[in-house]
Amino acid sequence: MSDVEEAITRAHHEEWVRVVASLTRRFGDLDIAEEAAAEAFATAVGRWPTGGVPPNPGAWLTTTANRRAIDRIRRENKRDDKHKEAQMVYDHDPPEPVGAIDDDRLRLIFTCCHPALALQTRVALTLRMVGGLTVPEIARAFLVQETAMERRITRAKAKIKAACIPYRVPAAQDLPARVSGVLAVLYLVFNEGYLATGPGTDPLRHGLTAEAIRLTRLIRALMPDDGEVAGLLALMLLTEARGTARVSASGELVPLAEQDRGAWDAALIAEGHRLVRQRLAAAAAGAAPGRYQILAAINAVHTSARDIRDTDWSQALALYDQLVRLDPSPIIALNRAIAVAELDGPQVALAAVDRLADALAGYHAYHATRADLLRRLGHSQQSRAAYDKAIELAGNTAETAYLTRRRDQLR
Amino acid sequence: MRYLVSVIDDKSNPGSTDRQPAISAFNERLIAEGYWVFAGGLADTDAATVIDNRGEQAVFSDGPFVESKEYLAGVWVWEAPDLDVALELATEASKVCDRKVEVRPFQ
Repeated sequence: MSDVEEAITRAHHEEWVRVVASLTRRFGDLDIAEEAAAEAFATAVGRWPTGGVPPNPGAWLTTTANRRAIDRIRRENKRDDKHKEAQMVYDHDPPEPVGAIDDDRLRLIFTCCHPALALQTRVALTLRMVGGLTVPEIARAFLVQETAMERRITRAKAKIKAACIPYRVPAAQDLPARVSGVLAVLYLVFNEGYLATGPGTDPLRHGLTAEAIRLTRLIRALMPDDGEVAGLLALMLLTEARGTARVSASGELVPLAEQDRGAWDAALIAEGHRLVRQRLAAAAAGAAPGRYQILAAINAVHTSARDIRDTDWSQALALYDQLVRLDPSPIIALNRAIAVAELDGPQVALAAVDRLADALAGYHAYHATRADLLRRLGHSQQSRAAYDKAIELAGNTAETAYLTRRRDQLR
Repeated sequence: MRYLVSVIDDKSNPGSTDRQPAISAFNERLIAEGYWVFAGGLADTDAATVIDNRGEQAVFSDGPFVESKEYLAGVWVWEAPDLDVALELATEASKVCDRKVEVRPFQ
């Protein structure tokens, strides 16, 4: 990559969200902000290779985008004198001090992740407006037709404008729920990258996990005192750190117990552990940890063990017990059973898993877990049936390959 | 911004019928806080008449324009600064009238 291309890529990563956020504040319109930002970057791609990279790329892009936005508004006003742009509600009062700083980027994130928008729409809008991904990129990421994705984003922008979804950081009493909505969007993007679904995709999609981590880092920088933001970042880092060891050369999923721990990314693990330690200290001082912090701590138990045999399973189970009290969902109970199997044996774990049959009959991991426990208990026939069911339901190509081999090894 | 708040009832699982005092109290508050524009409960859908005068002559038909299990039982019109305020009121309104409500902005 040439220096200029690198400068453009860097500017896109660092400045896109700033440009969109400041234009949204100035013009009160997401559509104008997005289009003008896209045009400014396109202009940079055309001009910087010959004219050189400006000394302050961010300022150059903001100025250029502002001019484009004003041009568009003039054009539209000329076309229709009565045409008046409805402006988004911009809240001039700074938010109450809750650790959040007043930042247009934060306003933009909360607007894109507004609960009046469907989750899939929030994901698409956040990747476009905050992440700067193009519509074709987002469409590919979620295996949706480009035109359908374009429609989804256009409709979301129209709803924000028509329904007057405000451009602001939520009030203190609403903040925890709204932050949790933002984190759900980022976790969904991360998981789609980490365990990609669909027969035509790579099992691991680093672009998506990297983007989710980048956006979570941004939110952490904007809300440094929020424990769940730190927890989610730690959870992503500790998961991402194992990414390369997680798929074998032949494209098969490698379970935690069999992974080459030397291939884990030590820098990501160190950063994740640092965050977990900070949150543990906060919990010791009386802050009640949320689900992402507990999940991060569970991951830290695994990434702290040099070998699967060194895993502190009782610590993992204690954390799962804490998590179950917070979130009594059957998926958490399933993961808890895996820790139970290591401490109390597969028989006890199987009884716990079987109690989840009604809730999780359509979930591949339920059948895969049962299959593994039945295999360890020597019940080959039942194990085979469970593997069959898991293979039928699994959407990830590497996981299907792994489950198939395991099934075929049964005697 | 003005919002139409539709109260949605369900014929097979109707909301309770003793909500009027609570709704009245809620309306008093809407008026006091400056959100209230209009409110009204609707008669049964059987009382509706649809008129179509797009053709040569007007056609009257008896009953609602669409038969469905869920139907519009009443409406509010509110004036609120933004959707967050409208949604907060609507959350309360749903509890008060023991029915689903839909919030939709006017153009």
